Amino acid sequence: MRAVDYVPVRSVEEAVAVLAEHGDRAAPLAGGTDLIAQLKEGHRSIDLIVDVKPIPELMELSYDPAAGLWIGGAVPCHRISRSQVVRRHYPALLDSTTLIGGIQIQGRASLGGNVCNASPAADSVPNLIAHSATCHVAGPQGTRTIPLEAFFVGPGQTVLRPGEFLVGFRLPVPPAHFGAAYLRFIPRNEMDIAVVGAGASVVLSPDGQTVQAARIALGAVAPTPLYVPEAGQALVGQPVTEESIARAAQIARDAARPITDMRGTVAQRKHLAGVLTARALRIAIDRARGTKTVDSLGRLNGHA
Amino acid sequence: MGANPKLDPIRGEGSGNGSRPQPSYKVIGTRPIRPDGVDKVTGRALYGADVRFPDLLHGKVLRSPHARARIRSIDTSQAEALPGVKAVVTGADLPTAEDRFEDLGEGGINLRYLSENVLAHGRVLYHGHPVAAVAAVSPHIAEEALSLIQVDYEVLPPVMTLEEAMAEDAPILLEELRTDEMGERGNRPTNVAAHFRYELGNVEEGFAQADLVVEREFRTQTVHQGYIEPQMATALYDQDGQITIWTSTQGSFSVRSQVAEILQIPVSRIRVVPMEIGGGFGGKITVYLEPVAVLLSRKAGYRPVKLVMSRAEVLMATGPTSGSRIRMKMGATRDGRIVAAEAELVYEAGAFPGSPVGSGAVVLLAPYNIPNVRIDGYDVVVNRPRASAYRAPGGTNAAFASESVVDELARKLGLDPLEFRLKNGAKEGDRMANGLPHPKIGYLETVEAIRNSEHYNAPLEGRGRGRGRGVASGYWGNWGGKSSATAVLNADGTVTLNEASTDIGGTRASIAMQFAESLGIPYEKVKIRVVDTDCVSYNDVTGGSRTTFGTGLAAYELGQKMKAAMIQRLADIWGVSPEEVVYEEMVFSAGENRVTFDEAAKLIERRSTPVMVEAEVYGKKYGPAFSTQCVDVEVDVETGKVTILRYTIAQDAGKAIHPAYVEGQMQGGVAQGVGWALNEEYVYDREGHLLNASLLDYRMPTALDLPMIETLIVEVPNPGHPYGVRGVGEVNIVPPAAALANAIYDAIGVRMTELPMNPARLLEAILAKQAQESTQPA
Repeated sequence: MRAVDYVPVRSVEEAVAVLAEHGDRAAPLAGGTDLIAQLKEGHRSIDLIVDVKPIPELMELSYDPAAGLWIGGAVPCHRISRSQVVRRHYPALLDSTTLIGGIQIQGRASLGGNVCNASPAADSVPNLIAHSATCHVAGPQGTRTIPLEAFFVGPGQTVLRPGEFLVGFRLPVPPAHFGAAYLRFIPRNEMDIAVVGAGASVVLSPDGQTVQAARIALGAVAPTPLYVPEAGQALVGQPVTEESIARAAQIARDAARPITDMRGTVAQRKHLAGVLTARALRIAIDRARGTKTVDSLGRLNGHA
Repeated sequence: MGANPKLDPIRGEGSGNGSRPQPSYKVIGTRPIRPDGVDKVTGRALYGADVRFPDLLHGKVLRSPHARARIRSIDTSQAEALPGVKAVVTGADLPTAEDRFEDLGEGGINLRYLSENVLAHGRVLYHGHPVAAVAAVSPHIAEEALSLIQVDYEVLPPVMTLEEAMAEDAPILLEELRTDEMGERGNRPTNVAAHFRYELGNVEEGFAQADLVVEREFRTQTVHQGYIEPQMATALYDQDGQITIWTSTQGSFSVRSQVAEILQIPVSRIRVVPMEIGGGFGGKITVYLEPVAVLLSRKAGYRPVKLVMSRAEVLMATGPTSGSRIRMKMGATRDGRIVAAEAELVYEAGAFPGSPVGSGAVVLLAPYNIPNVRIDGYDVVVNRPRASAYRAPGGTNAAFASESVVDELARKLGLDPLEFRLKNGAKEGDRMANGLPHPKIGYLETVEAIRNSEHYNAPLEGRGRGRGRGVASGYWGNWGGKSSATAVLNADGTVTLNEASTDIGGTRASIAMQFAESLGIPYEKVKIRVVDTDCVSYNDVTGGSRTTFGTGLAAYELGQKMKAAMIQRLADIWGVSPEEVVYEEMVFSAGENRVTFDEAAKLIERRSTPVMVEAEVYGKKYGPAFSTQCVDVEVDVETGKVTILRYTIAQDAGKAIHPAYVEGQMQGGVAQGVGWALNEEYVYDREGHLLNASLLDYRMPTALDLPMIETLIVEVPNPGHPYGVRGVGEVNIVPPAAALANAIYDAIGVRMTELPMNPARLLEAILAKQAQESTQPA
């Protein structure tokens, strides 16, 4: 690993100035669980690490009953998953922040870093899309807001312009009778990158029998995380049944355009896109209703 | 053929409560704390990477980015000119090695190829093949220097698979290679290094008697041992020509002889200091870095040089064991007798000859008494790293094929798979495929232990509806080998035992316990050390499951000799004949003379000649091991993922010296077998680049992927050892792949014939079966 310079920055303005000055020779550092490994393994070459953790907004995790949840770009996963607000209102976020890495990684790794690394398989993205998250970005031209599903351009590529960086995420207050879930498929039970990930959220009628709104997003089945609005649309106004779930899952499956690589094949990924969509929907529905579905072998939501 | 003693398997749950030593033993069968335990749990133990010196240089190895290429030239001048670089070496620095076969214990290698594997000589044969090495004042400078070495490659098309290697027009990897065709040297260039055949009876006649024949082809992928500690070596070539090597190895004497042969230096000038070892499983027998470190140390002006591999280097260039293709055909009569078996085993050797196809062929049918057998084995070179030993080398591949077919035969005959095994199982005197008769063995006893187990008799809810149960058996021949050790009596009544078997599985404890039992003293009085190659005579590697047996024999002998020496000294002091001295319950007495063991030690030091004894053994009466295993799985038919619900092993240990470490070996073997069966494999692209050289994508099981593995220790003593010891280290990796395949079939009716049975492959098979069933007329 080549020697690199390090500078901590204390305000959004300072970060913007330093990043604009050094262009692509500088990179923001949050938890560093991707950046440091990429530098060490020679996959990336920069001259300057800009540590954004000293910026208060970047480390802020707060909830406002009107504006919703603010997650600073550098807030580590463990703070998110231990937040009572997150546990109460943002269940899919809890799913992803407890399965990214192990305990040590969760102590450092941030959602901002995960999103900016822009892996198509990023575990934080499908659930953030399900929760209708928006990205708040600062740069030399000022600040702007981008829906998460519009943030990605390709593997490792985002809409961030030179000098811009991610300040944090805003997640709206979930409506009543809301449920969400994130599931990923990995060959082992730990230490893996998603073969396919699926995030789903639903808003049910007060009696819990009809879907009023739904959002479905997939990971690792396209060059970017994939929001599938038509899958959610297909559920709107539908009764909560296995048939309507299967229809949405089929649409998600059809929308997937994966590749074959060492982590999975096209056929496997398309198939899993459907399976995981259906399972994530069932969990989201259970959570919206406050119920638990257990199968004949005693397994929750069809999986161990 | 003696009657089997009544079996009373020790039930162990790893809790330490299951131990029931036989009344005649005081130490053997108990579960004391291991001598190296405290240092290991506190982090105090010194591993190879902990070696440090004030003037230490750091080395790095340049590796081939190509799977197959000719090296036109190597220019190291820019690297040598980089400030901080002290030495650069290439294959040109190695003497021409002899074209001679060297036995390494668990497999062997031609010395010329061993040398070529250490540093390439004009050709590279796999992605990661070492091409040059640098020593510098820091690892960062060494790394930078690597990027300044210019290698001009003529890239050649790689040969990655057995099919490509054996094709008529296949590119030839090693121009000089000729097939060893059942002992005859072939006359044309080839990638098939060897073909052998085992034959018993008459296979054609055997199949003619069969009412049912099952034939299938099986495939397994290249897998790695996955030891957690990467290879490393530190060497000091001193100004006086003496060489010291600190390394992590299964055999310090083997390192010494390999380095001596490769560098053509007399063994007496080389001292190998074995550091603590973080796993080996057969992969830490062949040398990789040691000769390079020695060359660098000399060239750098006699300064110590340390080389440490990264995980990627470990996966790219060390270890793996062979991928394979096995065709297995077996025939049985309607009443359940296996009458004939025919098999063809084709194993990848990697870049140089020497796959474990030979031991695979022995393992294949060893649990059965089959009158008519023909087995053909092929050793085939491909552009992958050279295969090295891995726990019961070749056995897992073979048993995956044979035990799957045995399961299918039993099912089609409507027989319980364990009853079928009892009906056909091998006993003492039955001949194996290689013509050798089994010595006293405990195979049937392991089958009975599973048949009588709580697990096998417990109902499995959902069986046949996504859940299933499978069984499989396995054999490993074990090994004896050579050991030497010394023991010193201390004045305080303790004994210092010096041995040289590097401890990868609790052998310090198992050796010290046998010594304590032999001398009749408590285990706590024995201070055991693993010493370097200058301290005792030759020792074979810790491999072949031999150490508790072989070095244990030496320990037994040391105990007997020390007892005799103490009796002799006391007889002299007391003025009686040695025959008059009685030793019982740690008390020596002759007439009115009476001293405790501790008093005797003090008395001897004060008034007689010091006591030091030595033992040298060549253990040839080692006893084979068998393991029978039962596993329950759940298959998620929507994703193809397998969850292991329960796992039970019954193994014949002969005699479990330290039952907790025997259980550890049993569980460890199964853990590795499960990884091999379900997820582990080398993934190469078409150009022969290894794509998954990390533990993220080379998927060994994590703690969350394995259940508690239950163990049943069966004890059918090996008559060739005073305490009945057989080896326990290897056999348990043999059955898991087949046991899991059989359980998956039981769960969902899908017969998997390719490893790993990962979710992608299993899902494909499930979907194919569903498609087939939906098109069949109702």
